[in-house]
Amino acid sequence: MLAHLGAMQTILEISGLTKTYAGGFTALKGVDLSINKGEIFALLGPNGAGKTTLIGAVCGLVRPTSGTINAFGEDMARNWRRLRARVGLVPQELATDMFERVQHAVGHSRGLFGLPPDPARVEEILRALSLWDKRDAQIRTLSGGMKRRVLIAKALAHDPELLFLDEPTAGVDVELRRDMWRQIELLRERGTTIILTTHYLEEAEEMADRVGIINKGEILMVDGKKAMMERLGRTEALITLAQPLDTVPEVLSAFPVSLTEEGRVLCYRGGGGEGDIGGTTEVAELTKALTRSGIDYTAIDIHESSLEDIFVDLLDGGAA
Amino acid sequence: MSLFNARSAWTIYKQELMRAFRTAMQSILAPVLTTTLYFVVFGAAIGGQMQGGMGGVNYGAFIVPGLLLLTLLGESTSNASFGIYMPRFTGAIYELLSAPVGVAETLAGFVGAAATKSLILATIILGTASFFVDFTIAHPVYAFGYILLVSASFSLFGFILGIWADSFEKLSIVPMLILMPLTFLGGTFYSIDVLPEPWRSVAMANPVVYLVNGLRWTFYGSSDVSIGISLGLTLFFLAICVTLIAWIFRTGWRLRT
Repeated sequence: MLAHLGAMQTILEISGLTKTYAGGFTALKGVDLSINKGEIFALLGPNGAGKTTLIGAVCGLVRPTSGTINAFGEDMARNWRRLRARVGLVPQELATDMFERVQHAVGHSRGLFGLPPDPARVEEILRALSLWDKRDAQIRTLSGGMKRRVLIAKALAHDPELLFLDEPTAGVDVELRRDMWRQIELLRERGTTIILTTHYLEEAEEMADRVGIINKGEILMVDGKKAMMERLGRTEALITLAQPLDTVPEVLSAFPVSLTEEGRVLCYRGGGGEGDIGGTTEVAELTKALTRSGIDYTAIDIHESSLEDIFVDLLDGGAA
Repeated sequence: MSLFNARSAWTIYKQELMRAFRTAMQSILAPVLTTTLYFVVFGAAIGGQMQGGMGGVNYGAFIVPGLLLLTLLGESTSNASFGIYMPRFTGAIYELLSAPVGVAETLAGFVGAAATKSLILATIILGTASFFVDFTIAHPVYAFGYILLVSASFSLFGFILGIWADSFEKLSIVPMLILMPLTFLGGTFYSIDVLPEPWRSVAMANPVVYLVNGLRWTFYGSSDVSIGISLGLTLFFLAICVTLIAWIFRTGWRLRT
């Protein structure tokens, strides 16, 4: 694990980042976060958790109250002019000059970030996002999904090494969302580091290498998706018994089980956590023990908890 | 690159000028039409009845610098204010704020473009005026310099207005309710010497009087107030605007939350 970490290069290092707005609302409470070069990082949290503020602080839209942000190994507050040229942002709102034409808008973004015109590169970006046919269309005439792609194209126009996507699939239908995921995967293959925010668990689960859970301005946990599921994951098995039981029999005391539904269902919750025994393996052991003791059962319903369950647990202040 | 991002500034400048041409009807034709109407009504019709002229020149010619200034103040202010207010309003400003662009590039782009538009307008208006009235420009170089100075100053002022405003109403209140009355009362159509006391003294408190007379001096070599005072006050106004904008960018006021 450590050797693995050593090979990784940190592209963004946030420490002690706090933001208190003028109204007195504290959106970020001492956030520490480090992002590895080349990864897709999903910042997962409910509305108002501080995701957009965090992104805004890195990109220059929000003035941090305290804390430091280092990008590419340099202090962002000090060397902003040089560093911002290497960072791209796709905002949550579809906010751009709607009367602009697609190709021109993307070329403009490139210039704004200080790069010389490069029609070939702009064409490449537009083609990759299936916008080439719409290059002369006014942005206001495009559909919502297309508009979002224009914003992505604008953010890519200066070939950023670090790209922020704030809720890239908010309000986008399922098909477009899958398409967006493919686009993001392609970007990663080109070597772009991507930080996206989402409140769709499916999205974080599907795309991200690592997931950070944020709520009320605090990062609750950051981990690899697999590690997170292993650490907090639970196997839940519901065994419907042929005959109701009053108490859990002595022979089952070694298993994390309890009786529900007035003794008609034996509920197992285990696996994950510190022990290395897989939950499903233990359920198999459990059923053998039941058979040995002559306890008959009629059905087994077994499932692994998803990132969603972990998320809900964390937000409830349950596990962790 | 590390002090001034010339390409970014140029991109903003180009974009803003293109925006003006896209809305050419509103930003160029409208002020030209309005000014033409003034020339027809005040210059040709009423001026033709005024035998003695004003301030030592024919009345039609007398109002040329004032009308030019009326347009310059209004257009510089509204062009620059809309230029920065619109992206704030739509949210598109995120791109500017996340770009490697600071106060210098932003001003060079937005204010430079607004001032350029004003200069183009001034040229067109003077061209139009020459169809209706005969006028001369005594000090063309000073006239150009003064027009440039006023355009830049009021573009900066408009930029501040566009950042201060949080509604379309506020955006139009300042030009409509403050700038226009001050300009009308500022000696655009008359020499303040014709005013009886105490109104003459009251008029001297109107800063636009000094602007109008400064420009009038470059046209006819004489005016109600000395050119030195006019120039000094204009430069002072410019300095205030620059200071305010520097403060806005340092604190992020109404730009960065």
